[in-house]
Amino acid sequence: MATAAVAPVLELSGIHKAFPGVKALSEAGLRLYPGEVHTLMGQNGAGKSTLIKVLTGVHAPDQGSIVMEGREIRPSSTLEAQELGISTVYQEVNLCPNLSVAENIFIGRYPRKWGMVDWAGMRTRASALLRELEIDIDVSAPLSRYPLAIQQMVAISRALNISSRVLVLDEPTSSLDEAEVQLLFRVLRRLREQGMAILFVTHFLDQTYAISDRITVMRNGEREGEYAAAELSRLALVNKMIGKPADAGEVDAVQATAEEARPEGAARVVLETRGLGRKGVLQPVTMQVREGEVLGLAGLLGAGRTELARLLFGADRADKGDIVIGDKAYGTFANPRQAIAAGIGFCSEDRKLEGAILSLSVRENLVLALQARQGMLRAIPMQRQRELAEEYVKALGIKTASIETPIGTLSGGNQQKVLLARWLATGPRLMILDEPTRGIDVRAKQEIMDYVTTLCKRGMSLLFISSELPEVLRCSDRMIVMRDRVTCGEYLRGDLDETTVLHAIAGEAA
Amino acid sequence: MTHPVAVPAAGAAPSGVAAAAAATQPGLAARLLAHPLARPLGALIVLLLINLFAVPGFFHLEVKGGHLYGAMVDILNRAAPLMLAATGMTIVIAMRGIDISVGAVVALAAAVACTMAAAEQPLWLAFAAALGAALLCGVWNGLLVASLGLQPIVATLVLMVAGRGLAQLVTDGQIITVYRDDFFVLGSGYLLGLPVALYVALAVVAAVALAMRKTALGLFTQAVGVNPVAARLAGIRAGALVFASYAFCAVCAGLAGLIISSNIKSADANNAGLLLELDAILAVTLGGTSLAGGKFNLAGSVIGALIIQTLTYTVYSLGVPPEVNLVVKSLVVFAVCLSQRSKA
Repeated sequence: MATAAVAPVLELSGIHKAFPGVKALSEAGLRLYPGEVHTLMGQNGAGKSTLIKVLTGVHAPDQGSIVMEGREIRPSSTLEAQELGISTVYQEVNLCPNLSVAENIFIGRYPRKWGMVDWAGMRTRASALLRELEIDIDVSAPLSRYPLAIQQMVAISRALNISSRVLVLDEPTSSLDEAEVQLLFRVLRRLREQGMAILFVTHFLDQTYAISDRITVMRNGEREGEYAAAELSRLALVNKMIGKPADAGEVDAVQATAEEARPEGAARVVLETRGLGRKGVLQPVTMQVREGEVLGLAGLLGAGRTELARLLFGADRADKGDIVIGDKAYGTFANPRQAIAAGIGFCSEDRKLEGAILSLSVRENLVLALQARQGMLRAIPMQRQRELAEEYVKALGIKTASIETPIGTLSGGNQQKVLLARWLATGPRLMILDEPTRGIDVRAKQEIMDYVTTLCKRGMSLLFISSELPEVLRCSDRMIVMRDRVTCGEYLRGDLDETTVLHAIAGEAA
Repeated sequence: MTHPVAVPAAGAAPSGVAAAAAATQPGLAARLLAHPLARPLGALIVLLLINLFAVPGFFHLEVKGGHLYGAMVDILNRAAPLMLAATGMTIVIAMRGIDISVGAVVALAAAVACTMAAAEQPLWLAFAAALGAALLCGVWNGLLVASLGLQPIVATLVLMVAGRGLAQLVTDGQIITVYRDDFFVLGSGYLLGLPVALYVALAVVAAVALAMRKTALGLFTQAVGVNPVAARLAGIRAGALVFASYAFCAVCAGLAGLIISSNIKSADANNAGLLLELDAILAVTLGGTSLAGGKFNLAGSVIGALIIQTLTYTVYSLGVPPEVNLVVKSLVVFAVCLSQRSKA
């Protein structure tokens, strides 16, 4: 099969995997050569995660073979996969936050001396491993004390410590900032030189091209093709993922939607905050949101964007200031119910913890906010619930086996669409989207933003929070920049350009 | 009996993997087995079959003194308090809680009811006071869990200990015996040939089932149980619901206490409803509701209560010595729990 002189260290072929009602993988495959960084790309629901779970022993394939160094293997657990030399770092850091950094690195394989755990040796080795990643921290401190980026690095050094031939990184960069990404890449390049095969899953095109030797594109659970990174243009890659003929529109479509004319200037103010703040969380913020406008909130992680959204929605209680909606002054919201009653919807940045109710169905998740607003006693008739769910599944292009499928079995992007629909079903005047596109693919991003901006044209207002500056710039009519828990600038469409805003975010004189 | 789709015979597909993969259109038997009630019902049927062969006259029913009389009627009557306790416990557990004060609330309600009944107070007043006391207990539990944020098992432990002490205070440390015929109706009376207690228990179960179905209570309960944070952000009064679940559970326990004290015609602060909370938790588990909260199965809990009561009856009628009784019970429980384990 392989024409190259070097044999692949790992080859998956003809993998089939079905879940109840959904065919996740059919004829999927993957080849990994030693000393390469191989990127797996595809939209949400294309089967990337499932393929990785098959590879790492989480799911058993229904059909197909996994061959490692000439031997057929069939890992039945992640532990077994590890022992075979396949280490994985998952998208969400899955370590134990209450254990120390060193314990996390060595968990399950504590070094022993005289039959006892060799704590001192463990700490020394943990420090050494982390220093290889240019990180110098106290390894005896509990993991939870460190930011997510460091935790990610700990997860990687844990994977490295298990002397493995294959390293799988499932969206390792989604919680890292630029400098940390560069650090990660330096480490990956070094590992590549040592002959390790690295499988990298990401949604970021820039990163894909910065590090990859080869790219496998997946679509609808199948292997669309395998390409050398240098020979595949970005446009071609996006088209292969989406499965549409090459027209340059796709990539720039989001831009195009935003470019279209929107109601200007005179639109009336829908919501106003007057000195809304909370001690130790957010300095008083005064701002206005106009009808039909997309107001972007930019700033670094921790700058106060999410905090502002949560106070506005009553998820946390503000201790000063006023919220005025329409002509009505509400004071501050004590709980989300009051905010919802006033016509606000809020998609949290943490889909899993604060959004999806995983074991309930798509329909139940979708009607939840509307039902909560109507009150418990006025149950929405089942017929109406089904209609609503079917309607939004169609309108947003949600990929699900049926509306009765548990939302937990859907891919991230589709879950996000269901949660968006949950709020749209309540017909909000103001929709707050906090990082709505985190961890989801280009196509789903575009569909979500398209749909929301269409609603804005019909008068809904949108408060849009994203760490991806270009995205905020493209979509927003107006943008507020936040830094260190205080608003520090407001820009109208037109003055919006990346450098100015970057300066404001960074706090340099512009 | 013609079926439009050709379904292969069960024996024709020996390959487990292929069968599982092809099981997109499961047969009738498979669908029945996958039903959440299949296992608890199966366990109950097995128990009844054992009785059919081992306990002569188990299924014998006769009309005596104007009502039905027999082992099964006896089991239904005695299972009523447990059904009530299990119903309340199901709701609490569905919202990620647990209430281990049920037995103590039973004792307190029994003590209040018997003390007042013995003091020649009107019956309705005695019952209302007992249920009021139970409700107060529930409000206390709800405050500790929903408002103060204590862990449910610790919060209800307080009342588990204190409740029996309160009951002792009410009864002055005595066993209060009641000699009033109207007091016995609830626990030993019959209506249309069946025990009154059974009607009470079934009415409560039916009311809960109806509320779950006809209002959004079922959806909200599950949402809070699966993900309380997300439920609150979706606008559900998660805290109020959790609070209400404890209040309801305590009222159920109070009703159970009334039935128990009426049945034994007295209140024993030390022993009334002793360890009933554990039987209730067991009934909920046997019924297929996970202690992790979320999805719950009310009918399963009722069947679970019946399993426990039938088991007790069976063990006694088989002449197993009382010392061995608990061991037999634990073995059966172990077996049923193991059989539910695969549901993951």
